[in-house]
Amino acid sequence: MKAMLAKVLPQEGGLEGSQSKLYNGTIGLFWLLTIVGIGFGVHAMLIGHEHAYGVTREIPWGLMLAAYVFFVVTSTGLCLVSSIGHVFGFAAFKPIAKRSVYLAIATIVSGFLVIFFEIENPWRMAVYNVISPNLTSNIWWMGTLYGAYLVFMLIEFALLQAGRHKIAGMCGLLGVISGVAAHSNLGAVFGLLNGREYWHGPYMPIYFIVSAMMSGCATVIFFHWLGYKINGWKMSEQLQESLRSVAKLGALLYIVIMFFTTWKCIAGLAGHPPGEYEAFMALLDGPFAHNFWYGEVALGLTIPLLIILAVRARNLTAMAIGSAASIVGIFVMRYDLVVMGLSIPGFHELNIVDLPHILPYTPTLHEWMVTLSGFTFCTILFMMGERLFRGHLSEDH
Amino acid sequence: MNINELEKLTNEGVDDLPSLERRTFLRAGLAITGLFMGGTILSLTSVRGAKGAVASMPQDKRHAYSPHYSMVMRQNLCVDCERCMDACIQTNHVPHYGWRTRILERTRNIGPQEKETIFMPVLCNQCNEPPCVRVCPTVATYKDKVTGIVMMESKKCIGCKTCMAACPYNARYFNEERRAVDKCNFCWDTRLTKGMKDTACVEACPAKVRVFGDLSDPNSEVYKLVHQPETTVWVLRPETGALPNVFYMNVTLDI
Repeated sequence: MKAMLAKVLPQEGGLEGSQSKLYNGTIGLFWLLTIVGIGFGVHAMLIGHEHAYGVTREIPWGLMLAAYVFFVVTSTGLCLVSSIGHVFGFAAFKPIAKRSVYLAIATIVSGFLVIFFEIENPWRMAVYNVISPNLTSNIWWMGTLYGAYLVFMLIEFALLQAGRHKIAGMCGLLGVISGVAAHSNLGAVFGLLNGREYWHGPYMPIYFIVSAMMSGCATVIFFHWLGYKINGWKMSEQLQESLRSVAKLGALLYIVIMFFTTWKCIAGLAGHPPGEYEAFMALLDGPFAHNFWYGEVALGLTIPLLIILAVRARNLTAMAIGSAASIVGIFVMRYDLVVMGLSIPGFHELNIVDLPHILPYTPTLHEWMVTLSGFTFCTILFMMGERLFRGHLSEDH
Repeated sequence: MNINELEKLTNEGVDDLPSLERRTFLRAGLAITGLFMGGTILSLTSVRGAKGAVASMPQDKRHAYSPHYSMVMRQNLCVDCERCMDACIQTNHVPHYGWRTRILERTRNIGPQEKETIFMPVLCNQCNEPPCVRVCPTVATYKDKVTGIVMMESKKCIGCKTCMAACPYNARYFNEERRAVDKCNFCWDTRLTKGMKDTACVEACPAKVRVFGDLSDPNSEVYKLVHQPETTVWVLRPETGALPNVFYMNVTLDI
């Protein structure tokens, strides 16, 4: 075991972090928040989600499922963006590989942490996913493929550390394939529900993949910048150039998602398609309008794109701030996507007395704390990774 | 020439009809017939699928359950006394935060100042193409091969709640006591397997709104109600393709 670890963990070279009170204090605080969040999750599990969470029979998925979607979208995106370099051989993307693969693992593990408390009986999943599978279920495929994805990413990361790039690349390809399959299945979990007009159709699986890559670009830029910032390191020229390439790809993807979103909105409004029209009106000019315009459009898409254009993909600090805005906006996107799809009641056209036009949902403290613990845990993994793997340097720079 | 003038003409008969005219007529007839036949075969007009517009009668052989349990709601008889709901709660131990059946209230204008109130009982539609069954990762919910009832095997339920999101009828809720999603199963475990012929809600209904029975038996009341000529039978949310087995109709009231 020790010998194996010695192979994977760099013993010398790379970048060394200096200890500071602020750094240790931050890690300590985040551990505390993670443990408190897990405590809230365990409490909810014991008393029953009905009594702890704000989700209802009409809106069975809420903040925590949105957080799970956010984490796995980000993970898939990191995997895809990093694969451009070390799987498909584009040299400009090679320096980001190690940290991105590590972050892909950190984000999916954090996603699993949140979903563990989102599902009522997670322990049954381990048993019945195996002995009683339903091959028509997208949830089954998503879970199984994400399991495979995590295994491939772990092996790939270990091989990258051991310097075995060729076989790591092959593992990375398997990671990409399982990641895309898993992630489009997550889209299909929503898109293949005939009774949910807002989601229904092939749009969801396609959108999920493209928006994953967008999230991936934002996360790569922000966390590379942050990793160097908090440890007081200086970026090599190759890495800076690599991040600029990622920013250019990111700019393209922001535009693609704007294009997707625009047409999705127009399709939801034109001809007043029942179920969809109400949802889009709620999003554009109703209770979700703040989320949509400030969160999704401004923070998530427009501001980061404008920053990349304004600094001509050069100034990394500016682009890291844009990426941070984008990460926040993307989280709002996931929340709106999940909750909006469930908010229009199934019998909305039947003029039912006392049935709200848009069903209410407010996350409870339990939901917020578990979600927060996902983020703090992810940050801990990120910060520890920086130290443990000495700045994730690759040999060629 | 209008129909009144046409009526006054004497019948010339077909004896003196020139054969050319006869042939032209026959050719036109064949062309029309051929067009329709071809149309059906090419399915451009989709005559075959026309019954899908109401998606009511399960005629597919795949859905030949025996007994094929289904329910008919004679909707305009419902007075919203909610005895069906009470009976269901008692029989199936439904907790206060959940329901397996309930009555929805609708209003519609029937005149400038007049409104009509309609009571619409709802429950699991025991669909022939149940969206909840397709999405369940662990086959915790399944379509019973004999009766067609959509059942729950609670011990397999992981509580992902995808079935709740998938159900077009809001017929499912998570039961914390069972630690599984719960839903109407036509009182399968609580009454039908104990020899009783009706569900609790049917027995409790004083207005005979709900009729329960075997749709595969032409002598059953549900079969007769659903197959009455000149009676409109409808299902809820047919556009989802779920092919429900709960049918709605109004009956003529003798008042």
